[in-house]
Amino acid sequence: MTTLPSTLILDWKRIFKWGSICAAALLFVSLVGMPIKLDPKSIISPLLSLGYVSLFWLPLIFGYVASSRVVLEGVETSKPGLSDLLTGVLTGAIGGAGLTLLMLGIENFDIRDPLINWSPQLLEVLAFGARDLNSAVWIGIGGALGLVGAALNVIPESLRRGVSYGFFTVLAVAIFEPALDDMSEGFRLEWLVELIFQKRGGLKLWPAIILASLIGLISVVSKGKVKKAVAQYRKQEGSQKKQTSVVLFGIVAALGVVLPIFMGTYVNSLLANVGIFLLLALGLNIVVGLAGILDLGYVAFFAVGAYTTAVLTSEISPFFAPGLTWVLSLVFVVLLAALTGLIIGAPVIRMRGDYLAIVTLGFGEIIRLLFLSDFLKPYFGGAQGILGIPGIDLGFVYISGTDTRGIFYLVLFFCGLAVYVSWRLQASRLGRSWMAIREDEQVAEAMGINTVNSKLMAFVVGAVLASFAGAIMAARVGSVFPNSFMILISIVILVVVIVGGMGSIPGVFVGAFVLIGILGGPKQPGLLQEFGSLKLLVYGMLLVYMMLQRPEGLVPSARRTQELHQEEFLQDSWLKGTDDEDEEQPIEGEEAQI
Amino acid sequence: MKEEKTVTAVIEGKSKRRTPLVDRFLFVVKVFLIGLVTIGFLAFVAQQISPDNWFARWRNPGATGLSADQIKGLVISGLSQGVFYGLIALGYSMVYGVLGFINFAHGEVFMVSAYTGYIAANKFSANGMWESNFALCLLIVLLLAVMVSTVTAVLTERIAYRPLRNSPRLIPLITSIGVSFVLQNAVLGIFGPGTQGYPQLPEWLAKQRSILTFEISGIKILVFLVTIVSMTGLWYLVERTKTGKAMRAVAEDKEIASLMGINVNRIIVTTFAVGGAMAGVAGVMFGLLFRAVNPMTGFLPGIKAFTAAVVGGIGNLGGAMSGGLALGSAESIAPQLILEPLGVPGVTQLKDAVAFTVLVMVLLFKPSGLFGERLSAEDRA
Amino acid sequence: MSHLLEIKDLQVTFGGLDALSGLNFHVDEGEIVSVIGPNGAGKTTFFNTITGLVEPTGGDILFEGNSVLGLEPNEVTSLGIARTFQNVRLFPNMTILENVMVAQHCRTSQNVFGALFQTKAFKKEEEEIRQRGEEILSFFGSRLVGYRLDQAAFMLSYANRRRLEIARAMATQPRLMLLDEPVAGMNPSETAELTELIGRLRSEWGFTIVIIEHDMAVVKNVSDRVVVLDHGVPIASGSYEEVSTDPDVIEAYLGRPVESRS
Ligand SMILES: Nc1ncnc2c1ncn2[C@@H]1O[C@H](COP(=O)(O)OP(=O)(O)O)[C@@H](O)[C@H]1O
Ligand SMILES: [Mg+2]
Repeated sequence: MTTLPSTLILDWKRIFKWGSICAAALLFVSLVGMPIKLDPKSIISPLLSLGYVSLFWLPLIFGYVASSRVVLEGVETSKPGLSDLLTGVLTGAIGGAGLTLLMLGIENFDIRDPLINWSPQLLEVLAFGARDLNSAVWIGIGGALGLVGAALNVIPESLRRGVSYGFFTVLAVAIFEPALDDMSEGFRLEWLVELIFQKRGGLKLWPAIILASLIGLISVVSKGKVKKAVAQYRKQEGSQKKQTSVVLFGIVAALGVVLPIFMGTYVNSLLANVGIFLLLALGLNIVVGLAGILDLGYVAFFAVGAYTTAVLTSEISPFFAPGLTWVLSLVFVVLLAALTGLIIGAPVIRMRGDYLAIVTLGFGEIIRLLFLSDFLKPYFGGAQGILGIPGIDLGFVYISGTDTRGIFYLVLFFCGLAVYVSWRLQASRLGRSWMAIREDEQVAEAMGINTVNSKLMAFVVGAVLASFAGAIMAARVGSVFPNSFMILISIVILVVVIVGGMGSIPGVFVGAFVLIGILGGPKQPGLLQEFGSLKLLVYGMLLVYMMLQRPEGLVPSARRTQELHQEEFLQDSWLKGTDDEDEEQPIEGEEAQI
Repeated sequence: MKEEKTVTAVIEGKSKRRTPLVDRFLFVVKVFLIGLVTIGFLAFVAQQISPDNWFARWRNPGATGLSADQIKGLVISGLSQGVFYGLIALGYSMVYGVLGFINFAHGEVFMVSAYTGYIAANKFSANGMWESNFALCLLIVLLLAVMVSTVTAVLTERIAYRPLRNSPRLIPLITSIGVSFVLQNAVLGIFGPGTQGYPQLPEWLAKQRSILTFEISGIKILVFLVTIVSMTGLWYLVERTKTGKAMRAVAEDKEIASLMGINVNRIIVTTFAVGGAMAGVAGVMFGLLFRAVNPMTGFLPGIKAFTAAVVGGIGNLGGAMSGGLALGSAESIAPQLILEPLGVPGVTQLKDAVAFTVLVMVLLFKPSGLFGERLSAEDRA
Repeated sequence: MSHLLEIKDLQVTFGGLDALSGLNFHVDEGEIVSVIGPNGAGKTTFFNTITGLVEPTGGDILFEGNSVLGLEPNEVTSLGIARTFQNVRLFPNMTILENVMVAQHCRTSQNVFGALFQTKAFKKEEEEIRQRGEEILSFFGSRLVGYRLDQAAFMLSYANRRRLEIARAMATQPRLMLLDEPVAGMNPSETAELTELIGRLRSEWGFTIVIIEHDMAVVKNVSDRVVVLDHGVPIASGSYEEVSTDPDVIEAYLGRPVESRS
């Protein structure tokens, strides 16, 4: 009789729990239509499309999660081994079984009536295009992916990094394919693009393998030096950090200026979109991130900027058409935006934070509904909006709305301005007062800060920045409609700020480029235009995920991290010996000692 | 503990005073609005007396006046709309009372129920049962939809809100915005973007009836009846059962409640479940009455229901229903009673704007609601 | 001579509870006055009312002869009244230096334009704010300066938080300082040290001080005058010796003697 090695004890409850969550997730992803919608986007042609990626990553992740253990400092844990791998396999297999059932279901029942993706099309994708594939295959696939996920837990750290970097590089290159394609002309690199990409989209197999192994190898060899460098950067003190930041920012700015010259209209229009949202997000970052005011009606200021520009510059504005130049109208845009900021801000500024959020949302909607109504139609054109907004004459150049490169430069300029404003204000008397208000409004007031004025100032600065974005948007599109200013936009901007990292300027950049660049804005397509309406679903999930798992954002500001992880900072300082302890234990109790 | 209480109450005492400038601005706004409403209403009265009146003609040369039946119609449709706001508002109110945050996704729970109702009703309709055995079908549809919406509400609490129990109140609010996005777009992805229709109602239910000289369709009567029944049930639950007592205790002070042996987690789940069930009832009724649902169905009623909850005083359940009825009537009546006599064109388009204006005004001038809020000291901060 | 702070017949009611009733009180320039009394006597409420956090239901508060009633807390602070809180309320995630810098808000004036265009005046003011901050912090010895300047306030020990709170109040450049139980929770040696510092606050910085304190050693050491509150009413006032032997005061603290309870 053989006894099982003690390592082969499986935690069945755990396996079933994660396995069934995985199955549910797979069903959800399938029925929401991701595999079908994303199938046309090829990653490695013809082997792997984004549609399959949307399925495959789930068993992998759940295999990883189910097989990872809680590591407690100082507590012996058994070495990761066979039982972990098996856990991963089983979890993935249970997940995959979900899809097997789905396939059987689609074959045998027709409930396409409510479920639009319960379709032969989905079946075809799930069957990998084969006609009579045994649906049980998915159990195997799930198991295999679960194994890979579990294996990531077992293999050494450096190897894990190598594998994941290799994979993500391939994914990123494939996602950026349209952009690379577009850029290659400017750099005369068409041959390279032809070499690695299939004509009909997707990486060729061999280049993909070479790329992945190259990047993987590099990251294994470099042994996390990049991470160290970043950590070092974060650790830098005062002036040194400032210097590095300025250098880094300079590099980014220089790239921003130089690169567009080599890019085609596709990338430039993408960048222009990203830029407009970036500008909005930088503005909202001041309001939400620095002053801590959750303004859900932020889109109202965007609308004010756009409509003011439209009325003042368009020759065919219905009521009042002075036909000013864009630059001249900008003066009025700023004034009106600041005024609107005051008018909306003044009454709400004293409210409790959550009520303020809802009221600003209400204001945003009221403004849109009024512009949409017959009431203001004679002045602002109602649902038909205002058309015929000319391009931008800067004196030395003329930027027409279709000149995406010019628009991008303009946006870049204003983003630079926004960064400058945030940076300078943050380190000023006003910025400090915002910080204090965010920490404890009542005490801030007792320490002599006029909280109403300080908060109003944040509102106004944010409003002006948003109105710049509106002014550019109006000139770019050539027309404005009330329905371009839905609450949705406010929320998308909020997601950008939160995903990037509230209060963190680099974070907002990353957020805008990753979200708007790849997924796209509410109506603007991004690199992955296959997502279509699903991108809002992704936005929502990202928002929830970030709030739960990483509320400080992708590139957090140092202060925010510290705020959310005070305990850890205290422990750190204790380890480093820079903690602060009273000389002797204080005496308990504070009874009167008469 | 005691120190904290002191602090919050200080804030309360404080909020009575404002910076003079802001105060003056608000005063002007208030006077302006009251003036507008008064003039509009007087002009309406004038036009009712005689449309040829100069005062009636002053802003609105085409004034014709409304017949009694028209006004009754507006009231009925306002109230029947308000019932939904009230039912949804209960959920906002209860969750805010217990957890102190605005569950932005609550409107979506309502939408999910309306969708469930639509699917179930259409399945019944497809095999003829909807027509032949309507009452039974309706009961099943209602139960099913309430179940689904309850489960949705409870799941969102478990997944998204519970881990955030002790974070600053804006964090769960932002999270709930995300949840609302997810629910909307998940439904859109799974069931398609278009507007879906409920099956025809049987003749006896769709028919107009006359009660106390009010012309009212059978379905609206049904909506009112179901609402009364669910409100009674809720009242019984909150006021007469142990669970209800525990809910009120948790709303007052979670810490103390748990010291008294109340399972706070269970009570919070119950709160979400009850709120979800009420929204569920509202969802099916909404579907039956308007016979159309789409993924965005929950957004506007959701925000308006929150308004209703604030109007009635957060945490005050009777207030939530009254607030809903008041808001529904206001947005149904105000356009023609106040805006039209003021000569505003296309007034019916401004229904939503009226609702939002009510929201803004109530939060500005009477944030504790018309019937008084019932909040624990910590949530008031 | 008019008093620096004069309080006439102050009345504060919280929903039926008279937290303060008919309180008359005054402080003269350069005095240190202690306010003592059992818990719940209304001492903190007294401070809250002076600083505009609580609105009195009656009476008047005169600072340098002018009424401060109806002013916002920040306005009161800029008139020259600073305070600390009984339950330390720092800005925990701001650095120690920032805590004292931000408190100089009402004594400085640079606005958005100065910050955006980095004007000379702006830079000069920032430098001054920083220097004054460091100067104030060094009043407490080496505890709050050096590498600590850039440490977040939540990293500080309990006693140092109390010190930083006093520093923050000093940074608002007040004439009158209200300290709410400044040594609560400190050990004897820290208490002794802070007692000495409170004396120096007057002699070196010229602040007039009102201090709420339970520690009678501190009260004895620092105060020119002691006022005893009980149930919102002043029951005694005078030098420490007078007050500590007053039968009413002893009764308020220890309860009524058994014999006289009949
Ligand atoms: N904001 C408030 N709301 C209601 N009661 C309060 C408030 N502030 C203080 N109190 C009550 O007033 C009394 C005096 O409190 P306090 O001034 O804090 O006393 P002390 O500081 O002397 O210990 C206490 O009974 C307290 O409960
Ligand atoms: Mg006290």
